[in-house]
Amino acid sequence: MISSQTFGDPGKMRDYHYTGPVEHRFSPYAFNGGTVLAVAGEDFAIVASDTRLSEGYSIHSRDSPKCYKLTDTTVIGCSGFHGDCLTLTKIIDARLKMYKHSNNKTMTSNAIAAMLSTILYGRGFFPYYVYNIIGGLDEHGKGAVYSFDPVGSYQRDTYKAGGSASAVLQPLLDNQIGFKNMEGVQHVPLTQDKAVQLVKDVFISAAERDVYIGDALRVCIITKEGISEQTVPLRKD
Amino acid sequence: MALFQVSGFTSYLELRGQILPAGQTQLVDRTNHYNFGTKTQEFAVPLGVDPSGFLKSCNRDGGVCIDLNHGTTTLAFKFKYGVIVAVDSRASAGRYLASNDVNKVIEINPYLLGTMSGSAADCQYWERLLAKECRLYRLRNNQRISVAAASKLLCNMMLGYRGMGLSMGSMICGWDKEGPGLYYVDDEGKRLSGRMFSTGCGSSYAYGVVDSGYRDDMTVEEAYELGRRGIAHATHRDAYSGGVVNMYHMQEDGWIKVCKEDVSELIHRYRKGMF
Repeated sequence: MISSQTFGDPGKMRDYHYTGPVEHRFSPYAFNGGTVLAVAGEDFAIVASDTRLSEGYSIHSRDSPKCYKLTDTTVIGCSGFHGDCLTLTKIIDARLKMYKHSNNKTMTSNAIAAMLSTILYGRGFFPYYVYNIIGGLDEHGKGAVYSFDPVGSYQRDTYKAGGSASAVLQPLLDNQIGFKNMEGVQHVPLTQDKAVQLVKDVFISAAERDVYIGDALRVCIITKEGISEQTVPLRKD
Repeated sequence: MALFQVSGFTSYLELRGQILPAGQTQLVDRTNHYNFGTKTQEFAVPLGVDPSGFLKSCNRDGGVCIDLNHGTTTLAFKFKYGVIVAVDSRASAGRYLASNDVNKVIEINPYLLGTMSGSAADCQYWERLLAKECRLYRLRNNQRISVAAASKLLCNMMLGYRGMGLSMGSMICGWDKEGPGLYYVDDEGKRLSGRMFSTGCGSSYAYGVVDSGYRDDMTVEEAYELGRRGIAHATHRDAYSGGVVNMYHMQEDGWIKVCKEDVSELIHRYRKGMF
């Protein structure tokens, strides 16, 4: 059942009448759904994304994860318009290789974040429709998360959700990881196992309430030993 | 030519390249696939449409909703003991609160600060570029850049892209040979020197509070309290401002970070005087 208030301006009842001829322009963008989440711990980072690729009412693929490995200590999650995600990750890969060849070292997480900000801003007048979140280890081995808007504004966070269900996930993370709006709780730092379990639970809840989330969850855990991946099934409806 | 080089004559083009950093950028429709924009900064523009209205026109098609981080209250004022800079820390993307702890003050060098309001990406990018130019100035001329010159550089960068939809309202504060300096620069190319400015969507509320409590001979503690109140009351009434108050004090020997206080706690403290 589709609620009559789903489309159009939120909060306004849609008027059903003929508005006259409407010009349909080619839009360079499409919305392909997907949510990405990253959490930074003391000596680990987690980047997780669902694997559903949708457009409008259709599902194009049930196995299209949105986490891309950049280096041994950095993973990026890109959601939004799939075409721009693919191009952006290709450009980031090329720039990483160029850096490696000229400087003889791998880019650190914060350098990748700063570089991504300028890449995104270079398309500020015709943006990449991508919501990016970088998760990885910084030079001191501590977990780092960098979140971006489509034109390159960024900052370092402890945890962040981006993409279609970000408004559903972020308040839950604020409460469970940030201990916001809780009285009399001890601020216990997150262990790796607890963080992974929280990420799984949070996505399972999001799949209940957002149509674009489902099918499976890909979790990438970054530690100094390397990057390990887990896949968890989600609702397929 | 030999004589040309020996005489130390700088050609016009080289000079222009040094004075106008934005002059090196090109507007193209896609990133150069050999250099990827590493050699010179390139900006891609959509063909055949007005860049400033382009994003809004895309927002109605098939679920596409590109909202960029926005919104603020910032204020700065000069007084007897230097310059106080106070900012909030909220970034909103449309109706969604992207973050409640953004840093809206960029520390260009120990004697220069820049504030950010308007589009977060525009402010971060251009003020970071300004920091690079200030550093280059210091290396080329062996003295720190003046506040007037730094604000002029930023103003000229904005003028280079006037009409293309940039959104930035910034205050450049510093202490140079002329004493404490405060300039307001915005995306239209406006550049004003003054004793007190406030920018952002919550600026009217901040102006009211600071105007009513401002005296030139305030003590340092009174000035801190005024800056705090200005931001706190603005965040209370403006939906797009909030988070924490980040306050800096620009003194003769550089800036110090004064405080970072949550506005809800501040409002609770001020509750006695409100009604």
